[in-house]
Parts: sequence; C-alpha cells; structure tokens
Amino acid sequence: MTLVFVETDETGQVALTSAEAVTFARTNAAALARMAGSPSEQPSGASATSGGVAQRPEGSSEEGLGVDVAVIGALTDAAGEQLASLGVGRIHHFESADLEAYSAPAWAQALVEIAPETGTVLASGTPRGMELMAHVAVRTGERIAANVVAADDEGLLRQVLGGAAFERLNLDGDLQVLTIAGHACTPEETTPTSPEVLTHSPEVAAEDLRTRVVRTEVEAADDTSGLTQARAVVGAGRGVGSQDGFDEVLELVDHLGGALGVSRVVTGLGWRPHAEQVGQTGSRITPDVYIACGISGAIQHMAGIEGAKTLIAINTDEESTMVQRADYAIIGDLHEVVGAVNEEIRNRRG
Amino acid sequence: MDILVCIKRVPDISGQITLDDSGTDIDDSGLGHTTSAHEECAVELAIQTAAATGGKVTVLTLGPAEAVEQLRAAVAVGAHDGILIEAEDPSVFAPEDIAQIIGDVIRDLAEQGQGFDLVLLGNDAADTGDFQVGIRLAYDLGYPVLTGVQALNATGGAGGGSGSSGGSTGASEAGALEARGIGPAGTEIFSLDLPAVIAVQEGGVDPRYPSITGRMKAKRARIAEYVAPEPGTGNPRLGLELPPETASAVTVLGEGPDAAGSLVDVLEEIGVIRS
Repeated sequence: MTLVFVETDETGQVALTSAEAVTFARTNAAALARMAGSPSEQPSGASATSGGVAQRPEGSSEEGLGVDVAVIGALTDAAGEQLASLGVGRIHHFESADLEAYSAPAWAQALVEIAPETGTVLASGTPRGMELMAHVAVRTGERIAANVVAADDEGLLRQVLGGAAFERLNLDGDLQVLTIAGHACTPEETTPTSPEVLTHSPEVAAEDLRTRVVRTEVEAADDTSGLTQARAVVGAGRGVGSQDGFDEVLELVDHLGGALGVSRVVTGLGWRPHAEQVGQTGSRITPDVYIACGISGAIQHMAGIEGAKTLIAINTDEESTMVQRADYAIIGDLHEVVGAVNEEIRNRRG
Repeated sequence: MDILVCIKRVPDISGQITLDDSGTDIDDSGLGHTTSAHEECAVELAIQTAAATGGKVTVLTLGPAEAVEQLRAAVAVGAHDGILIEAEDPSVFAPEDIAQIIGDVIRDLAEQGQGFDLVLLGNDAADTGDFQVGIRLAYDLGYPVLTGVQALNATGGAGGGSGSSGGSTGASEAGALEARGIGPAGTEIFSLDLPAVIAVQEGGVDPRYPSITGRMKAKRARIAEYVAPEPGTGNPRLGLELPPETASAVTVLGEGPDAAGSLVDVLEEIGVIRS
C-alpha cells in the first residue's frame, strides 16, 4: 500500500505533479508492494478520527485501492473528485490550526503519523515534496530515493545528473520513501473510486513550528505559473545577444499567448529574472510546443524541457544538441528567423 | 555572524557523459569540475550576510584532495577560509553518512572554539540531486532547517559565533534571521532563531567573479584538513545507466527567414497561434 502526499493549487485543484505521483503509485502498485516486502494492503487508519478499513467501491479497480493520499489544509470537492478519478482508495485529510501555515517539520510529522503503516510513502519531486519526504525519511530512520522514474523487479530507477543518467538502487528499510521526478508519467484517470475521507487533527509540537511561514508575498516577478502552465513557451538563450535583444522573441510569445523561458546563461548575465529560467535549477515545463531560440541544449537545460510535446529549434549550429533533439528546426540567426515568423503570422492574420 | 557553507565538487557535464568500468559511476577523467549552482549562490549569500553582520565565512567540502580547488574558488570570491574532509571516493557515502560526518566536524570545531551561527548548503547537488544532506545535518545538530531560501536578512544579535557562548556546537545562541524563498503561491517569508541550517536555491543572488586580489588570497588561504572515516551505512546504489541513444528525428524546415512560413504552418497545425 502506498501513501501519496498531494499538493493542491490556489484554486483547490490537485496539482499536475501530484496527479502524476498518484498515477505513478497506482500503475506501479505491484512493484512498489514487492519492494516494500508486503502485499498491497490498506493501513488500519489508527490515527484517523473516522478510521476503519475502506469498503471497495463497486466498480473500482483493485489496483486503485493500493493508493491512499494525504492532503494537508483545504480539501475541496473538486480535489476530492479529481482524486476519485485518479483511483485513490482513501483520502487522509489533515486539519489543524497549527498546519494552516506551512512548516515542513510539522507537515512531515503529520505524514509520519500514518506513513509507517504503509509500505511506501511518496510525493512528487517538487521543492515541497522533496523537502517533506526528506523530513519523513529522517523521522522514520529511513533512506530516500529522490527523483524516481521507474519501479520494477530490478528495483528503483531514479534520475541523477539532472536527468543525464539514471541510478539503480534498492531501499532496504521498513518504509520506502520516494519522490517522483516530474513527468515520469502522465496523469491517467481510471475507473472512479469513492474514496473514504479520514480526518486527522494531529497535535503539533512547538519545536516543529520553528520554521513556520510567517507570511507570503505574491509578486509578479516570483510567478512561474505562467511558464509552467503555458501551452507554448518560447525559449531564449545566449544567442539573443544582449539584454535588449528580446523584442522579436517577446513578440512571438505574444502571438502564441505563451510564456518566455530562458537558459541559465541568460539569467546569469542578468538579462532576465530567474523566475523565467528553464532547466535543472529553474522551472520544468510541459508545453505543447517549445521553441528554443539560440539555445545549444546543455544537459541542464534539456532537463527542464523533456516534458515538451513538440520541440522546435532555431539555431545557427545544425549539429547542436538542441537541433538534433528537436522535432523541427530552422538553421539560421534567431533574430532574422523569429522576425520573419512574426511577420508571417501578422500577414496571415491580415 | 559566522557562517559555514558546505559545497560539493561535481563534474561539469556540459557534453556527453560515459560510465566508468565498474558501471557504478561516471567517467569524469576527461571532465572539468565545478561547484553546484545552488552552492555558488549559498557562498554569495553567506559573503553578503557575513559582511552585513561583521562575521566571517568558512567553506567546507567532503571530497578528494582535488576538491581543495572548489574551496579556494570560494575563498577567491570572498570566503575567509576552508575545511577539506578528504575522502578519495565520496560516492561510497550515503547522504546520511555525509550529514553525520559534517556534524562531527562542526562539533569538533566547536570544542576548539570555532562555532557557527549559521550553516548554509545548496538545495541539492547537481550530480546526485538528493535534496537531503542539509535536512539530515539539521536534525543531527538539533537546529531548525529551511530549504529553498534565496535571501537572508539578519534581524538581531549573532554578531559572531566564534564559540563565545554555550550550546553544544559552540554557536552564538542569540540572533534571528528572516529568510525568503519561493513557495507555490509566491515568496514565503520565514523567521527563525539561530543557530540554524539553511539550504539555498539559485535565483536570489548572483555569484560574483573572483578578483585578482581574491585569487591571490585564495592561494594563501588556510585550509583545515580532516580525513573522512570509513563509510557508515554505505551507498544503496546498484549501478548507473545512461539513457538509450536515439537517432535524431529532426525535420529541418529550411534555412534562414525563408523557412518562416513552414514554421508557422507547424504552429498552426499544433494550434497555438492566438487568433
């Protein structure tokens, strides 16, 4: 049985990355159960205020009952419906005034209250998921496998070197603690379940609130949601040439109603803010199309765009990694090509 | 505020990588080495914070003898001295081993009168991406820990932790920090008492380039040396695998501006051009 920590966004929807993690847990339930050394089974829910073993909903898949989820904070009806469509068995909902503001130790301790009853606890490989699973691992005396992409009879496979290589490993503890790499799988709905909601109101130790969020400031410069949710992203690299060289690229972004994403060298040169950086230490994106302008394709940048459905490269070097990995390419100077593309779009609009 | 920054020597993987004969590590004999991106920012944040509070910055690494290059690079941009915990093959250590070893060195230094108010690390190393040494170190030391931090502001006390007051690690007990990092809904602000462990995320500060005087200072900098013990729990790695090579399937639409029409056709087919 696997417990998945689920994040919700500001609209109360299940985050895409969490939907991926739930799908990973469901579709790899058998392998995870074997590695945990126990058959897929439900925990007793001993700490739940409305505990008890869940009845298998009529028409639900047996596979789906191998996955419970934990939600801390608001649990909307929409999130509940999404989780049912993803095939979860039960929803552990943690409600406490002490858990309203994020504090990694307090949230992790809430998960630890039920995690030992499972064979595996996992989260998506977001900063929050990574942080919480690390705390859970320490508090349960277990190891952790971060950025897992596969689980099979040979063990776990996880990304290292920003996705340039994979590490095979086995965790040998009583509880497997994992994070799932972004885009390791695509969220898949299944036969809907009717998950029982178990409400938990844990007591939180004062020591676990030492690092509670005091306040949150929402500023446009911090917002990477436009980048991570855009259907079209236009990427710009060193080939842009200068801080003032983004005009054509930004016009194309506007024509596509998309977002600008830049390489690390661009932020390193101070041409654009870090919130626009795509790659191993920036955002990881999943657009329908990514147009890489003047980006050679360093491993660290490729790690951020592997989720793009269609990759288009505009580059002077036809041997560059970006061109060789692309679905479509134009060989040439990005300013000339992007300028012509913008003109073509304007002409077709009339 | 006296600050310890833990950094890691990692291979500079700008090109194709290969595995060594054992299949458990990459062949880095032909690669350069560097410091993880998050840790470069941790060093810069430490330098700025120490300067603002009248403290000093010490950098520490666990790695082969050659890792002294990364320590001296940090000194060249403003750190004051370094600590090398020499381990010929650091890959034999699991993150929990590394946290334990660093914790032991911090305690040993505290007994010698060199305490730290703050320990900074990178959020995760560029090679292993484990995201946990900082958290494990904090639990080992009994300190509060934050991750994903991009900016710091000392809000009181901690004018230098050179073992001047009690505590198991000799750090100054007085002082507090405001830390800022990017959360799911915006910039999250934390307030925490020192001593503390903080893992830094790239994006809040720009690492500076070394000056000529900085390079000269780095050559003369004091580097304290420790030797790593035998591995404790060991590394659970069974082996490394490289992604299968795939033949390029690129369709070249043309060269220069003349190919613009073909590209717009593709964008129309995908359906991403705003009407």
